[in-house]
Amino acid sequence: MTEKKLRVINKLGLHARPASMVVQSAMKFQSTITIVKDEYTVDAKSIMGLMMLAAANGTELLFRADGIDENEAISKMEEIFNNGFGEEI
Amino acid sequence: MTPNDKTNIILTGVPASPGVAIGKVFLFEDDELVLIEKTIPKNKIKDEITRLNQAIVKTKAELQENQVELNKMLGKSYAKIADAHVLILNDPMLNKDAVALINEGNSAEFAIYKVTEKITKAFDLIDDEYFRERKHDIVDVAKKLMRHLQGKQKKTLADLDSESIVVSKNLTPSDTVSMREVMVRGFATDTGGKTSHTALVAQSLEIPAVVGLKNITSQVSHGMSIIVDGNQGIVILNPSKETQENYKREHDIQAATQKNLEKLKDLPATTIDGKEVVLGANIENPEEVRSVLKHGANGIGLYRSEFMYLTRKTLPTEEEHFSNYSKVAKMMMPYEVIIRTIDLGGDKISKLGLMNIGQEANPFMGLRAIRLCLKYPDLFKTQLKGILRASVNGNVKIMYPMISQIEEIRQANDILNQAKIELRKEGKKFDENIQIGAMIEVPSVAVVADIIAKEVDFMSIGTNDLIQYTMAVDRVNEDVAFLYDPLHPAILRLLKTIIDAGHNAGKSVGMCGEMAGSPEFSIALLGLGLDEFSMSAIQIPKIKNVIRSVSMKDAKNLANELLKCSDRAAISGVIKKFKYR
Repeated sequence: MTEKKLRVINKLGLHARPASMVVQSAMKFQSTITIVKDEYTVDAKSIMGLMMLAAANGTELLFRADGIDENEAISKMEEIFNNGFGEEI
Repeated sequence: MTPNDKTNIILTGVPASPGVAIGKVFLFEDDELVLIEKTIPKNKIKDEITRLNQAIVKTKAELQENQVELNKMLGKSYAKIADAHVLILNDPMLNKDAVALINEGNSAEFAIYKVTEKITKAFDLIDDEYFRERKHDIVDVAKKLMRHLQGKQKKTLADLDSESIVVSKNLTPSDTVSMREVMVRGFATDTGGKTSHTALVAQSLEIPAVVGLKNITSQVSHGMSIIVDGNQGIVILNPSKETQENYKREHDIQAATQKNLEKLKDLPATTIDGKEVVLGANIENPEEVRSVLKHGANGIGLYRSEFMYLTRKTLPTEEEHFSNYSKVAKMMMPYEVIIRTIDLGGDKISKLGLMNIGQEANPFMGLRAIRLCLKYPDLFKTQLKGILRASVNGNVKIMYPMISQIEEIRQANDILNQAKIELRKEGKKFDENIQIGAMIEVPSVAVVADIIAKEVDFMSIGTNDLIQYTMAVDRVNEDVAFLYDPLHPAILRLLKTIIDAGHNAGKSVGMCGEMAGSPEFSIALLGLGLDEFSMSAIQIPKIKNVIRSVSMKDAKNLANELLKCSDRAAISGVIKKFKYR
């Protein structure tokens, strides 16, 4: 299992468009990917789960990937988070 | 006793289109989430899951079709929103839980209902408003899925008959497009304000309408007797015999008054001391021209071209723009036709459901009208080429909406010049000297109207937005709507500033906002020097009647007295004194 803490850096937070981006990227991997925020754990392949996290700008999320491509999955997540989902930071 | 047994239930809303109508309720409903409890026998469970999956496939196809349209219309970033909808549909939270419920022997409809309920309850607990509101997207998707599960066609208004009064939550341009040819007696809707799409359509079709009734859809049933009083902004459910008779009499009186006004049709809009003004009409599509001419208009002061974009599935081509505008220009010859370039964005886009995900926190101050056009120059240029080519078929002028600084006019003119260059290369004819105007509806340009006047051929005041922006008031919000006052000293001074600036530069100044079509303001506007009044066609005889009954000298005096007023009481006093002069 691989873990990584990622921060939401874009201005508007993890709203519908970035959430779609995360889900679409997560679905490309076979590993199960979960996101933990406070007491909640959601499936990174569930857009509703992601939106329920209500992750605003500055929120830190713990990503956990488990499976054959877990390392690639985490680095892909890191890439899109650090890029601010291509939005205004 | 159920509410249906009571007579004369009065609901109050916003008067959106004048007149009274008596008829039967035609309840036009949106897709709905309905709870259908049905037990599925064990040997049918597999079939039930297949049924759910087939509905998911159909819903996905519908969503993707919408996505293609959005992409064409507004570009990729908006289409991403439709992506989110497809992902919701495929979300394991929805799918796995629904399948689990079906495996327990429940119907697919029951499973979707329960799962959606559970998810929306979870969203209700979110503190952040933006994320909490996303539950509407989920419900939207669930409703579509439910419709496909039940094998229902999306309802249209094609089933209306001549007795129908359409009652619905809201009407979108795509709803009303199928209705244009049909006789409808009236409209009553839960939401909307005076300038909502429902109101504009009702006015152009001359059908009484009351909007903003909040919850009328939950209080009526199909076929119920109903009266729509578009003068007072009320709706009466189950009217008593006496009430019906009174309204019938009122209806006849209004029809007679209308007939008298129609006699004014072929007379000029001239004051008793000989000053003539232009009375134009505001239209949304070419079909309205007949009604415009019937009411004695001598021009189209505002052709709202965005209707072309809202009632179809693909972006209109240059040819379509050309043929649409040419039709109007030919029918209106020799009168002018002022075509406003698209004013998409803001409320009009959200009515299509495109803004549901709320990329913009404040769409009215966001990317709309000329701003949208300058950001998407190709979209703009296609329309401009269509307008330019139509200019050989009549007296066509171009008007840019929502100008807030002079640079926007210059940038728009640059794109217009590119359009002209391309047309010359293509050997297509157009009027080289086509007139360009600015719509004055943002206070910033109203204040510097003298600067704008030098850059354009004409100006037209859009009072609906000018007043809302100046007063910082959303007049659909009933708690603050009273602040929307066309005679507020600030508004009167702005109007004077704009009109004087235009005249000093030798340019004509018109008005295409609702104020221009309200008889109570006509004399003041005449006195301020307004050259052209453009309004919903049905208002033209009334305004003409007012203008023909007053002298320019008296009108100027009234305007001057009003400009001296510092508060509402003084304004009312001046108007009262004028009335009984």
